[in-house]
Amino acid sequence: MSEIIIKNGFVFDPLQGIRGDKVDIAIKDGKIVETTALTNPKTIDAAGMTVMAGGVDIHSHVVGPKVNTGRLFRPEEKLFQNIKKTGSRMEMGTSIPSVYKTGYDYARMGYSYVNEAAMPPLHSPHVHEEIRDTPIIDISAMPVFGNNWFSLEYLKNNEIENNAAYTAWLLRATRGFGIKIVNPGGSEAWGWGLNCANIHEPVPYFDVTPAQIITGSIETNEYLGLPHSIHIHPNNLGNPGNYVDTLETLKLAEGYTAKNAFGRTQVMHLTHLQFHAYGGEGFNFESKVPEIMDYVNSHDNITVDIGQVTLDETTTMTADGPFEHHLRAVNNLKWANVDVELETAAGVVPFVYSANNKANAVQWAIGLEIGLLAKDPMRTYITTDHPNAGPFTRYPRVIKWLMSQAAREAQMDAFKHRDKVIDVTNIAGIDRELTLYEIAQMTRAGTAKALGIADMYGGLAPGMDADVAIYNLNAESMPSDAEEIEKAFSRCAYMLKDGIVAVKDGEIVAEPAKRTIWVDVKVPENAQVNRDIYEHFLKHYSLKLENYSLFEEHLHNPRVIEVNAAE
Amino acid sequence: MKTVTLTLNKQPELYLECNDITPDAFAGKTPAEIAAIEIWEGKQKIPLGDFFTVEGSAGATPAETKIVVAGDCTRVKRIGQQMTDGEIVIESDVDMYIGGWMKGGTIHVKGNADSFCGIGMEGGELIIDGDAGHHVGAAPRGEWRGMKGGVIRIGGNVGNDTATFINGGTIVIGGDADIHISTHGEGGTVIVKGNAKGRVGGQMVKGEIYVFGTIENPLPGFKKIETVERDVEGVQAQFDHFIGDLGERHPKSKGQPVYAHLYVKA
Repeated sequence: MSEIIIKNGFVFDPLQGIRGDKVDIAIKDGKIVETTALTNPKTIDAAGMTVMAGGVDIHSHVVGPKVNTGRLFRPEEKLFQNIKKTGSRMEMGTSIPSVYKTGYDYARMGYSYVNEAAMPPLHSPHVHEEIRDTPIIDISAMPVFGNNWFSLEYLKNNEIENNAAYTAWLLRATRGFGIKIVNPGGSEAWGWGLNCANIHEPVPYFDVTPAQIITGSIETNEYLGLPHSIHIHPNNLGNPGNYVDTLETLKLAEGYTAKNAFGRTQVMHLTHLQFHAYGGEGFNFESKVPEIMDYVNSHDNITVDIGQVTLDETTTMTADGPFEHHLRAVNNLKWANVDVELETAAGVVPFVYSANNKANAVQWAIGLEIGLLAKDPMRTYITTDHPNAGPFTRYPRVIKWLMSQAAREAQMDAFKHRDKVIDVTNIAGIDRELTLYEIAQMTRAGTAKALGIADMYGGLAPGMDADVAIYNLNAESMPSDAEEIEKAFSRCAYMLKDGIVAVKDGEIVAEPAKRTIWVDVKVPENAQVNRDIYEHFLKHYSLKLENYSLFEEHLHNPRVIEVNAAE
Repeated sequence: MKTVTLTLNKQPELYLECNDITPDAFAGKTPAEIAAIEIWEGKQKIPLGDFFTVEGSAGATPAETKIVVAGDCTRVKRIGQQMTDGEIVIESDVDMYIGGWMKGGTIHVKGNADSFCGIGMEGGELIIDGDAGHHVGAAPRGEWRGMKGGVIRIGGNVGNDTATFINGGTIVIGGDADIHISTHGEGGTVIVKGNAKGRVGGQMVKGEIYVFGTIENPLPGFKKIETVERDVEGVQAQFDHFIGDLGERHPKSKGQPVYAHLYVKA
């Protein structure tokens, strides 16, 4: 394979502590190498540009049945907009782009890795078929555990070893990546039209509390030593006053330390924190970000991502079934809802976030406060909970807001209820502007470390994958117009995937092979769990055990991360 | 105003998709340039001049441009789609999507039109002398923001699903209407001068429907509250006034619940 050297760029690689120095990046056979290893490389001149590792998205809904339900029930989103063909396949869709557009758009923004945030285990074949069809970017998918009957039973009885054996079995059966928990207990309660009001209220008919599910899952995760920590969407999403539940959830991680061989230091990743940082009541809700970020900043076994509201028309979708039912009663739009047997639930509702709506503007401010009050950008990440708070294609706009106070003020001035929004948030008093180094921490280095994949992704050290993003931004003289920042991050000058130039001048020029990342855990043989699985399938599932596990032909170009928990 | 006359001189094997037969696309162009505009037949792009002879000339702006389409257009779709101004006259029957997503100007069809005419309409006037098919003035598939404004006048009968998700504007039907009128409606007015078959105003939240004839199967979600005298389309008559759909949500305006209104000639 070819050799490439990227010269003269301002390199930002937090994993190596490189802060905008002019360092040459050498690539050989798809890997980063020492410059001395090259014999006759092609040169990419990155003079006046910013060089980072390929972006790593820790939380995004891009593949699987609920995403596809969104695509199917929003044909209006494809009407007269965003339909084009520049790569090898047609692109369409806006908040829920087609699989091809998803891959191309991530690549155009310089991203090379996306972690699908919720895989219903029963539907893992569908998830993996869409992973296969999403070009360029490497994808992992986390099966949802927090409402799974097996886990609820084991955790009720504090049987961590059994839950670990089941978790290992399910990760292999679904070719999954880690433990995702969505509204622990609440989505199961939704099967009876109920929810869990707080983390200490027992799940109906299961006699286990959300708090027990969470701590049991942390113990399971650290018993197994998985690359990623538990990844939790806590209870009471979107409810004013929920910051209390969020703080209580975060406190459950106290006393636990990460045990793994992947360099991960957190034991809990709490996702789309913006939706969980509300004080007040009803439509008079307010920002409680300072309280929450004080806690996050002072506890380094926790990581969070933002879930920034981008003020767009979008499509919400989550395994939090009761929340989606609540949302459809708010906006009276169409609603899709499903119960996935013993495992989980899901709902989909279109949503229009508007700058003219006070609540949406407050949500916007709360998201940015999280990013701006973060003391450790290696533990606070940029997401939009795509597509729930906004499409991932708005990451460049979120970066603009985080990097420019002027851009934030311009947006605030466009709010219909500007003063009321400022009254209940803290955004107006924050003058911090994030640096390119901090953005690199929040979008690749930090996320790769939290996912436990920082030996392959998120950095530019020799031996790592040659996934590189080059942005048309002069780090020494940043543009005075913040719009230029958004533009540069939207369409990168170059994006290399495994050493192949996939994007040039913001256009797809090649579609290098993409991978599926999954975690294979060895655990001691566990006769009880094997019997439980057999019995549950016999009695309660709509299909036979033999037909449940993913067939090999569904798994596309796998990259296995092996974990040995048997010793 | 200047006039361009298009005459269809041969029948397509498939259907022609002519969304660029609009004053917007023609304005400022010479007849040769108009003949070079590409239309679709199936998956193939074909110059408009291959099927139509182009005579006359276009005005400088859409407002100054009138298009007359002659010949048998029963296999021609999408004329006037998204037009903003000017005038189109279609001399014959025509196929689907006439005046779809129209924002302004007028379209006059002298024959019948197939389904989806005036879909997603925002403004302007669409007149069909004959019958129209299904989904007249309805929202496009999946869309909850339907017809916003403008006027549609159908001389004859219409098919089903008229004015689904209507938010504004007026639809006047000279003849009878099949099932489903103003389903999910949140505004606008539909006037049926003949009879309506049924499911009139299902899940309707706001807006008005007038029926001069009878409703074969009225919905139980509508309740009669009074008989009123109204002047509708120049006709003074007594109407039974119903409110509904009682099975739907009822937003409040100034403390009062909002209902959709159905008037049936007494």
